[in-house]
Amino acid sequence: MAKFQSLKEAVTENLRDGDTVAFEGFTHLIPHAAAHEVIRQGIKDLTLIRMTPDIIYDQLIGMGLVKKVIFSYAGNPGVGLLRRMRDAIENDWPRAIETEEHSHAAMANAYEAGAAGLPCAVFRGYRGAGLKEVNPSIKSITCPFTGEELAAVPAHRPDVAVIHAQKANRRGDVLVEGIIGVQKEAVLASKRSVVTVEEVVEDFDDLHPNLCVLPHWTVTSIAHVPGGAHPSYTHGYYDRDNAAYLEWDQISADRDLFMAWMRENVLEAGPDAFATRVKEL
Amino acid sequence: MTNLSDFTPNEMMTIAAARALSNDDVCFVGIGAPSAACNVARLTHAPDITLIYESGTIGTAPNVLPLSIGDGELCETAVTTVSVPEMFRYWLQGGRISIGFLGAAQLDRFGNINTTVIGDYHKPKVRLPGGGGAPEIATSCKEVFITIKQTTRGMVDKIDFYTSFGHGEGGDHRKRLGINTKGPTLLITDLAIWKPDPETKEFTVMSMHQGVTRDRIQETCGWKVRFSDRLEETPPPSELELTTLRELQARTERAHGGKKGS
Repeated sequence: MAKFQSLKEAVTENLRDGDTVAFEGFTHLIPHAAAHEVIRQGIKDLTLIRMTPDIIYDQLIGMGLVKKVIFSYAGNPGVGLLRRMRDAIENDWPRAIETEEHSHAAMANAYEAGAAGLPCAVFRGYRGAGLKEVNPSIKSITCPFTGEELAAVPAHRPDVAVIHAQKANRRGDVLVEGIIGVQKEAVLASKRSVVTVEEVVEDFDDLHPNLCVLPHWTVTSIAHVPGGAHPSYTHGYYDRDNAAYLEWDQISADRDLFMAWMRENVLEAGPDAFATRVKEL
Repeated sequence: MTNLSDFTPNEMMTIAAARALSNDDVCFVGIGAPSAACNVARLTHAPDITLIYESGTIGTAPNVLPLSIGDGELCETAVTTVSVPEMFRYWLQGGRISIGFLGAAQLDRFGNINTTVIGDYHKPKVRLPGGGGAPEIATSCKEVFITIKQTTRGMVDKIDFYTSFGHGEGGDHRKRLGINTKGPTLLITDLAIWKPDPETKEFTVMSMHQGVTRDRIQETCGWKVRFSDRLEETPPPSELELTTLRELQARTERAHGGKKGS
């Protein structure tokens, strides 16, 4: 049953040191405010799953909170590389991290298998691809009906899924719209979930019947954090802050600059700052 | 005013790539140069082309080039937007896509692509973003087009990592791995148009862009280049093509505050 909480309480109650956590959002609805709360609380030794680890994983990794990343595309979308993640992989700074790398198809299928309660995902993939030589969790399986060899990867079963969404109603049902990514699958595959929302409304009576809704009994905690996806965007609320993505390339290029930025904008700030950041967008 | 005589090699590359697409194509669009080419095609000779981005947007028609594969405008202008698992399972794996359009950090003569690492995978010299959707785009689309700017760093004799499979070691390598799609059938660079040899599958220069020499193509390519016996010259951009591309880029720069979209 979804519980309405402050973001601080939601993170404290749901995330523990050593957890496997999926912060999802496919370039849209990225849960920045929730990731910042995790950084403020210093929750560590995390295994992070995400198709497209971008700025928030760069930040969590740069702050030394991450043990392992399971991913399929590690870039700053439209800008370039993730410099904190690279520093950890190439130079072990601030600590060495393990990586487990997949393709998007594998990651999407693994979330879907997790949501479907299956132990693994089966799909036609990785043919001729180098990843299956370097990632021991990529295996193959033979179709018992046709004999076709297919790829298999373990299902994702995170301890916690963290997502940002447009709105919740008073009961705690959550609406996601626009580019919906893998958020529904990530929440249904996880033991617990934290959802930040732009808005809490009375009911969903006037919505189209086929919209992507997570019923309240599939969600653990909801926190009302307007602007909580910034500098990502929330369809219908505010646009992507492209300038912030470009700035991140500079900030993340230098360890001291990165630490100073994190102190000012994350450690010494709170979730309320996000509403201000999206005012002009 | 459009000055037809001084188009850039990049503009020629994008326009040559756009010409290769037709109205009936269902195209899975990679970010970067492919995105510009696909949208120029849509705005010129192929208004009904279906453009699909891996964020789940199907039949999208953006007014400016997106900065990322998940920009809001892709969704707002799409026929429908589906979840990412559905995109990869039903639409890509299901065989609904006619052309996958990819860029590359490293490319070899058989159309194998590396966007994963430079150096050893476990101790990389440079960690690149990785494959994203490319490993399955390369094998599930009916055919694959590739664009890359020619440099000896990008077009190499041997790639460091097989992010996505082209023709492997050439010949019938795809068939031997059970891959039934055609793989790379076209390579468009800033200097030339290449197609795989029907037997060996090695990329061969079919057409050089205006003003380009064989020497220049060889100097900017890390393998010994083969030229077709019937080498042609790529027709220069028409006024419509060049104006469409330049206007698209100008709109994009205005929308993204100086940053060129892709």
